[in-house]
Amino acid sequence: MTAPLPILLDITVLAIGLILILWEAFDDDKEKSFLGWIAITGIAAVFVLSFFARPIEFAQTSQLARFYTGDAFALFYKRIALGATLVVLIMAVEFRPLLARYIPGVTPNAGTGEFFALPVLTCAGLMWMASAVDFIMIFVALELVTISFYILVSYMRRSVASLEAGVKYLILGALSAGFLVYGITWIFGVTGETNLLQVGAAIRGLPESSATPLLFGMALIFVGLGFKIAAVPFQMWVPDVYHGAPTPITAFLSVGSKAAGFIVLMRVMQPFLADPAIASKLLLILGGMAILTLIYGNLAAMPQDNLKRLLAYSSIGHAGYLLMALASWDGKGAVAVTVSYYLAGYLLMTLLAFLVMIIVNKATGGDDIVNFNGLSQRSPVLAFGMLMAMLSLAGVPFTAGFLGKFLVFRDAIAAGQWALLVVGVITVGAGFYYYLKVVRAMYWKPASDASPIVATPLVKATIGALVAFILILGVYPQPILKMLKAQPETLQAADA
Amino acid sequence: MLTLLIAIPIVAAIAVLLGAPARKFSLAAAFANLLITLGLLFRYDPGAGGVQFQCVIPLVPEWGLQYFVGADGLSLLLLLLTAVVTVAALWVAPKVEKREGLYFACLLFIAAGATGAFASFDLFFFYAFHELALIPTFLLIGIWGSGDRMAAAWKVTIYLALGSMVLLVGLLSLYVSIPADLRTFDLIRLQGLAGQGAIPQTGWIYLLLLIGFGILISLFPFHSWAPHAYASAPAPAAMLHAGVLKKFGLYGLLRVALPLMPEAAQGWTHLLLILLMGNILYIGLVTIAQKHLDWMIGYSSVMHMGYIFLGIAAFNVLGINGAALLIFAHGLSVAALFAITGEIRQRTGTLELSQLGGLAKPLPFLGFTFGIATFASIGLPGLGNFAGELLIFFGAFAHAGPGLEFSTFQIATIVALWGVVISAVYMLRAYRAVFMGEPRPRWNTLTDLSPCLRPALILLLAVLVFTGFRPQFFVNLVKPTVTALIAK
Repeated sequence: MTAPLPILLDITVLAIGLILILWEAFDDDKEKSFLGWIAITGIAAVFVLSFFARPIEFAQTSQLARFYTGDAFALFYKRIALGATLVVLIMAVEFRPLLARYIPGVTPNAGTGEFFALPVLTCAGLMWMASAVDFIMIFVALELVTISFYILVSYMRRSVASLEAGVKYLILGALSAGFLVYGITWIFGVTGETNLLQVGAAIRGLPESSATPLLFGMALIFVGLGFKIAAVPFQMWVPDVYHGAPTPITAFLSVGSKAAGFIVLMRVMQPFLADPAIASKLLLILGGMAILTLIYGNLAAMPQDNLKRLLAYSSIGHAGYLLMALASWDGKGAVAVTVSYYLAGYLLMTLLAFLVMIIVNKATGGDDIVNFNGLSQRSPVLAFGMLMAMLSLAGVPFTAGFLGKFLVFRDAIAAGQWALLVVGVITVGAGFYYYLKVVRAMYWKPASDASPIVATPLVKATIGALVAFILILGVYPQPILKMLKAQPETLQAADA
Repeated sequence: MLTLLIAIPIVAAIAVLLGAPARKFSLAAAFANLLITLGLLFRYDPGAGGVQFQCVIPLVPEWGLQYFVGADGLSLLLLLLTAVVTVAALWVAPKVEKREGLYFACLLFIAAGATGAFASFDLFFFYAFHELALIPTFLLIGIWGSGDRMAAAWKVTIYLALGSMVLLVGLLSLYVSIPADLRTFDLIRLQGLAGQGAIPQTGWIYLLLLIGFGILISLFPFHSWAPHAYASAPAPAAMLHAGVLKKFGLYGLLRVALPLMPEAAQGWTHLLLILLMGNILYIGLVTIAQKHLDWMIGYSSVMHMGYIFLGIAAFNVLGINGAALLIFAHGLSVAALFAITGEIRQRTGTLELSQLGGLAKPLPFLGFTFGIATFASIGLPGLGNFAGELLIFFGAFAHAGPGLEFSTFQIATIVALWGVVISAVYMLRAYRAVFMGEPRPRWNTLTDLSPCLRPALILLLAVLVFTGFRPQFFVNLVKPTVTALIAK
């Protein structure tokens, strides 16, 4: 059997999403929760299939190569998107009973099908983004993702918070898309190209004076993408949207949206790093953003009482560490590997935290930190899962979160980013405080209601798998490094 | 073998968490570790020297990252300390009503972390194992602590997390400063590189390491977490932390910072001497002013770090042998002191010196053992601390200046000698306040330590006496390693 092409994976996911939507539309069966299982099975199958796929490079002459790449990084980020979607769908199955409370409709099953179909379509968008090497393609994939998220964020129609989140996300999302397109037009205007390879080639032939418009274009693109990855000062939407959106969607936003944002950011930056004059200014901008993001995300997380909001700020904080790595980029592979590893670890621990949060929310009716009081006695499994998630987010050794920070700090030291390092050390200390606040609630505080919380076998298995991955990747990152080792062809080709 | 030593406590902790009988399992694990450590001690061939019992599993070859455990004289001494104190700490652990499993699991994790750190010869794991103990400490102080436990738990966790981050930046800077094709986390290879002069002797990297390790050791002025944490922690946690875990920083200075960057260290010797005088004089005076027994012992343990720093700063065979010996002896004596303090707290409910008095009458055994530990802590001959301090003073004093006047080293040594008087003042005053004097009627009903808990204290003190009378046994163990670390 020949290895499946990366593009086949995208098409399959898109087909699954469409099948789900059509099934939902034409099936008047009352009970629709089985659609969730179909989605889970389908995505799981593609996820497994993706490990048989091998990175490929299209011939330069092929039409597809002008906007699509199947390199190792693209494949890796496709796996990230698939893995995230898989866990999000498991969460969605758990969350569905809560959803019915907020959706007015004749049947309790109204809105069920789309709740499973839209994440699958979003996943298809994320996978396209991972492969996009043309500004137009990047923009289209980004819109597919964002529009799906507009719907999903405001899904709980009777919840005022969810509606507010939806409106905020819509308006600011549209605004940021505007910035992105405007930036693209500036770069197109200077270079006459939208393909990143061609842009890279065009930059080398340009006179000195064109550096300013190029930088202006890139700054606008940073605005657009900064919004996606929740970097300061484009983070205002994050706490409210995260808080208001249905929890599985919050998890998806914080993982999927961020991973896709970073792969695009890396691909877009790559051609510009070849020019030292432009590169130094770009890295300076990124460094400034990283400092602000680290400080804001970590300090604002400290006083939070609601776990969802806390994780929203923590998601900003982690964007800061990722930017810290990017600001230390010399255009070579090491930083790209660091960012990819960090995102994989971040995916595991964030999804784990949100998964536990959903189960606890179902049992206690809220997701304030108070709701976690005494969890270690009510459900040792859930408490342990949350403990591992928090330790990994805080960066305790033997977890993937620690090794990620370890690599980020290594790259920052290698690049001599001392201001970033000082800020980074302090914010890690702050991180210990707010992540351990959750641990304190679970292990120190007595529960107001001592009844045990039960988790379904599927949830327990998912928690077990995520914890195992966090621990294994924390000391043995080799599998991820191997996946990325087949160096990104387009990223390198731009250097040549 | 060493992997087993690390794995036993972790497996026992997991078993205990899953509902195995907590006390029996943990004690069995601790005893198994003590036996294995003794076995290693006798199977170690000092003639051959070097790192023995090696186990290497490559993880990421291109970063030079591997799982690498082994033991030489110095690490064996610290492994022995860990094993002995762990047995004693788990033995005297009082009956806990709430969540016994978690309590013992946390203690076992601290022991596992310390064991792993002392047995690792890979920088990554050396660092990572130490951090393993951070969260258990947080939980132990937070859940079962006394007094202002909330504040203490936060303070120690954040302080040590920050210290560890500074240390991490230091270690990574060291790693990055090596030419790219030579980079490795393997301590033995790094040692070889240092010998060839391939490690740049950058001053600020050493300073980062000194501050990072210094925070973990409670070097003045980064000491304020220590007394607070030890006063609030449950006795076994304080024993393990003050007795064993804090020694990680000293071990790190001896193992990593000084041997890899000896020239860079030169530039900071004076700073270290000034800071360690702060440890001895300033903290010594602060200790005298303490009104609570637990705070006093906490401060005294900070103060005694000053002597060990002096031995390390001297950086000659004599001084470092003394430092190693004092690390060992101090670990035992401070563990005994915290164990006894915990027992007294359980009985009287207070550790305020003015409230106690005449306890030797109802508690003769505790009084006797506290006396021995006090003498050890002051540095009386016949107990391990004396041997260590003596070697340190000789080692440090040997750094004579060019002229007739005293060098800074010699001044620091004289100050440290005064420190002995200071510690005599506070330890003897505490002993008098707690055990001597008019017995108060309300303490007459107290019962002495039950016979089944006594072996724990006897074990600690017996090793201490053995060290005092036969320091040669340990010096011979450590000396080849120390000589190799210094030789460059």
